[in-house]
Amino acid sequence: MLRVDVTKQLGEFSLSASFVSEGRVTGLFGASGAGKTSLINMIAGLLRPDRGVIAIDGETLDDTAARIHVPPHRRRIGYVFQDARLFPHLDVRQNLDYGRRMNHLTDDPAARTRVTEMLDIGHLLDRRPGKLSGGERQRVALGRALLSKPRLLLLDEPLGSLDEGRRAEILPYLIRLRDEANVPMVYVSHDAAEMRQLATQIVLLRGGQVTALGGVKVLTAG
Amino acid sequence: MEMSPAEWTAILLSLRVAAVATVVATPLGIALAWLLARRDFWGKAALDAAIHLPLVLPPVVTGYLLLLSFGRHGLVGGFLADHLGIVFAFRWTGAALACGVMSFPLLVRPIRLSIEAVDQRLEQASATLGAAPWQVFATVTLPLALPGILAGMVLGFAKAIGEFGATITFVSNIPGETQTISSAIYSLIQTPDGDTAALRLVVISIVIATSALIGSEWFARRATQRLHGN
Repeated sequence: MLRVDVTKQLGEFSLSASFVSEGRVTGLFGASGAGKTSLINMIAGLLRPDRGVIAIDGETLDDTAARIHVPPHRRRIGYVFQDARLFPHLDVRQNLDYGRRMNHLTDDPAARTRVTEMLDIGHLLDRRPGKLSGGERQRVALGRALLSKPRLLLLDEPLGSLDEGRRAEILPYLIRLRDEANVPMVYVSHDAAEMRQLATQIVLLRGGQVTALGGVKVLTAG
Repeated sequence: MEMSPAEWTAILLSLRVAAVATVVATPLGIALAWLLARRDFWGKAALDAAIHLPLVLPPVVTGYLLLLSFGRHGLVGGFLADHLGIVFAFRWTGAALACGVMSFPLLVRPIRLSIEAVDQRLEQASATLGAAPWQVFATVTLPLALPGILAGMVLGFAKAIGEFGATITFVSNIPGETQTISSAIYSLIQTPDGDTAALRLVVISIVIATSALIGSEWFARRATQRLHGN
């Protein structure tokens, strides 16, 4: 269960969001500039809320009143960025293995095989990120986040930097991820069609405020 | 080109002095470059100025300040000599200290630029994958900045090899102990018939400096390739 109740002033823009989600895929939906990325950056710990609480499965990650702020590296929250952000000096295999090494997890060849097969990236393992297409990069970024064994996966418009054809290529992998990976996700997008296909619960964000909460039908109402 | 034993001594001493100066200065240079590139703190501008000071001060002033502070009766020099048995004055170690100080701005600058060029979004990604700040530095920042670090070391080394003013002021010009290539050339051109020997050392200096510049350029190109992930 993810509980978020935060406020944050960013220049002229004020963000104030409160929601609780039990869904397998929480969709953060809103136009660009609605505060979606700032909100998940706060969940990831990359941005500190001015006031409020963020908790996951009963564990407090942020509580400004109690002066609690768990740094990003201790949150066990995976993050797939819009721009993949693969490490350019490491090949795909090393990128995938990075989270395991940083978290001192024991080697898990079965998990590695399962993830590389699920995302069809087995043939890319020896390549550098510079030699991958946009869609391939995004699939590797998904695999890298999954293999760090997160308890929550944040996806910030993972299809945003891809053209129409590439989106159609990645979307099935995301659906597979939702159904097979068994990790709750927060999915950020401004695309209603994507949301309908992926999300189980919607948080509607407009101008820094949550304007609606509920199932996918709030997309039509909003 | 036949070198006399005295010339060889000067060349080898120069190489040793410059190598020690560079190796000792590099970790400190990386730490300061990282601070200047990634942190905001009180006195940052003053620190930056202090690092660059040897570049603009007359070398004889830097050498004299080193003599005052690190000499046998200086505040730092006296302490180090009495308590740790480390003496800089009129020793080759003093030459290394002078060269290290004089070459420090040239060493720090490329390192700072290369750290600034490392995409901080990659460092964020690394943190979300579980890397503690020191691990982010060791596995992302440092390897991506490595070509810049090597370029800084090459430039610093070349500057240290050629250092003259601060070195001769601080540790004098003692053959076999503190007489580097530069001070040997200086002595030779003041000696009758020293021209040929001086010219030989001049050629050696040009060869070392040119190789350093080419090496530095090569590392800079590698840096660009590396950051683009090819």
